[in-house]
Amino acid sequence: MANEFFNSFMTGPDEKGRFGDFGGRFVSETLMPLILRLEKEYEKAKDDDSFWAEMQDLWTHYVGRPSPLYHAERLSQHLGGAKIYLKRDELNHTGAHKINNVLGQIILARRMGKTRIIAETGAGQHGVATATVCAKFGLKCVVYMGAHDVKRQAPNVFRMRLLGAEVVPVTSGRGTLKDAMNDALRDWVTNVNDTFYCIGTVAGPHPYPAMVRDFQSIIGKEVREQMQAAEGRLPDTLIAAVGGGSNAMGLFYPFLDDKSVNIIGVEAGGKGVDEKMEHCSSLTGGRPGVLHGNRTYLLQDDDGQILEGYSISAGLDYPGIGPEHSWLHEIGRAKYVAITDVEALEAFQLSCSMEGIIPALEPSHALAHVMKIAPKLPSDHIICMNMCGRGDKDIFTVARALGFDMSDAI
Amino acid sequence: MSRIDAKFADLKSRGKKAFVSYIMAGDPDYDRSLEIVRGLPAAGVDIIELGLPFTDPMADGPTIQAAGQRALAKGMSLQRTLDMARAFREQDDTTPLVLMGYYNPIYSRGVDKFLEDAKEAGIDGLIVVDLPPEEDDELCIPAQAAGLNFIRLATPTTDDERLPKVLQNTSGFVYYVSITGITGAAQAQAKDVAPEVARIKAKTDLPVVVGFGIRSPETARAIAGVADGAVVGSAIVSQIAEGASVSDVLEFVRGLAEGAHSA
Ligand SMILES: Cc1ncc(COP(=O)(O)O)c(C=O)c1O
Repeated sequence: MANEFFNSFMTGPDEKGRFGDFGGRFVSETLMPLILRLEKEYEKAKDDDSFWAEMQDLWTHYVGRPSPLYHAERLSQHLGGAKIYLKRDELNHTGAHKINNVLGQIILARRMGKTRIIAETGAGQHGVATATVCAKFGLKCVVYMGAHDVKRQAPNVFRMRLLGAEVVPVTSGRGTLKDAMNDALRDWVTNVNDTFYCIGTVAGPHPYPAMVRDFQSIIGKEVREQMQAAEGRLPDTLIAAVGGGSNAMGLFYPFLDDKSVNIIGVEAGGKGVDEKMEHCSSLTGGRPGVLHGNRTYLLQDDDGQILEGYSISAGLDYPGIGPEHSWLHEIGRAKYVAITDVEALEAFQLSCSMEGIIPALEPSHALAHVMKIAPKLPSDHIICMNMCGRGDKDIFTVARALGFDMSDAI
Repeated sequence: MSRIDAKFADLKSRGKKAFVSYIMAGDPDYDRSLEIVRGLPAAGVDIIELGLPFTDPMADGPTIQAAGQRALAKGMSLQRTLDMARAFREQDDTTPLVLMGYYNPIYSRGVDKFLEDAKEAGIDGLIVVDLPPEEDDELCIPAQAAGLNFIRLATPTTDDERLPKVLQNTSGFVYYVSITGITGAAQAQAKDVAPEVARIKAKTDLPVVVGFGIRSPETARAIAGVADGAVVGSAIVSQIAEGASVSDVLEFVRGLAEGAHSA
């Protein structure tokens, strides 16, 4: 593949933390020395075999990696087209891909001598993963969570508390993920010495987007090997849900230079991508701006004020997207589509009834897109979709949406 | 000579320290905010920082966040903030006006158009919290080329190795952030601030003013005593939040200014 005319898609970010025009380090001066130090430490760890050996050991024995690559036979037959594989990251300890990244950051935090870990969370999956790994290592853990999300993801709030984390409900803004991230950043500028900010997605200032991608890339690396073993070739299409974009980057990244592989990211279309902005589709319905330390596509008004997105899925309810996705979108290497709440709910139910897998609402969005395209594709076309989380956390939300009364259950 | 340079030269010749006040443009509404801004120079304010409202002010505490939300709810915008600056300039051609905020509204308008409009509206300098020296190409360098001062924040985490980078493209003055934290939080301590100001002054001829954590005339005096000036923001914004009348707000500001000027 390497020849002088071939431009690799895997060399980013540059030394300024940019993917093309996106990314960067748009933070206050107080934080700047901290992220430079983090970058240095990460670069050191990345080249240190003992760092990866520790990760590998925990991935294997604590998380349960590799996660299976599963041929969804009934689903494929039902849709009547492409051959569909699911990457089963919902089987990880704590129920989503989030822990892949958390382990990496916490091992790094320990190397840096940090004793207090802070995190933001939307659906609560990143918060639960962070609280879990902190419990395992005996670290203090504080999780910022929008007050609105504290309500709609109550089971995860209780999990975090059981795991010994302090959960801080955030009431500024509309009380969702973006506001939780603001408050986590405010905590970090206040507690600069002992605190490590463990970001849950491929966003934030450099080096976070690259670092989180690297930790999540275990997903795509495993898929390469597993697909080789199962089919003796690469998949034709990769599909993943995009909130901030970490599970998607993790699946996509190892395939960026394989030109035969179609790459599709699925954003939350909420009630529909139109001028009412009741969605979270930053690429489909936003434009470039600067928020939370990086330049990327954002939902914003004409004045550059950030808009609150909307999605039934708390994990996708973020007005931005990781900068590397913005770049992949602009150069056309990946394609991004939007799926509505209604379509995602239908996919959620299909996964339950066809495959016996209760998916999280986030990957239900990815599955809804699989449902759209698979029937039109030939039977030798291989789709690999990232089943990045399980749906236990979402059953109350789904019950409500489907008109099922669960009040007796609590 | 910019209005900011002229102001510091004047203060120096009179042996006075600078008193810098911050209010959020459009809080509690456009008219009252303009009335407050117009009254600030007579209340003793040497330099006015005008907050540009933003939905996600990640370096600000609850007081200034809420002020931004009040202003936005009343229809404030970058355009209206520039309108307010222009209205102020019609009556006052000497008091420096510094726009303080976050990058996205500026980026959204387009940097070149923004600089042209800001200059025309009578803005003298910019403090953009989320643009560290690493991002100087974005706005700092074009702003200086357009004749606006770009005022940088130095913080307790800016160590000696980094300081020259922070000072390199700074003009007007240096704003030393007295605490690690957000606006309106901990109280600034003169004994902690003094050696830091000295450390910065050893590396630059620019005036160094200190802000964050100054809430009373006494603290303003103590801090101004060890620097070239003191900035007060959240304490004034709190008065506005509590519904103080324009004259009460200005009276409160007068007390702070007297504190700083007595240093
Ligand atoms: C299961 C699951 N999938 C996806 C996401 C969205 O995050 P990302 O786009 O970073 O993978 C979340 C976030 O909470 C999640 O819990």
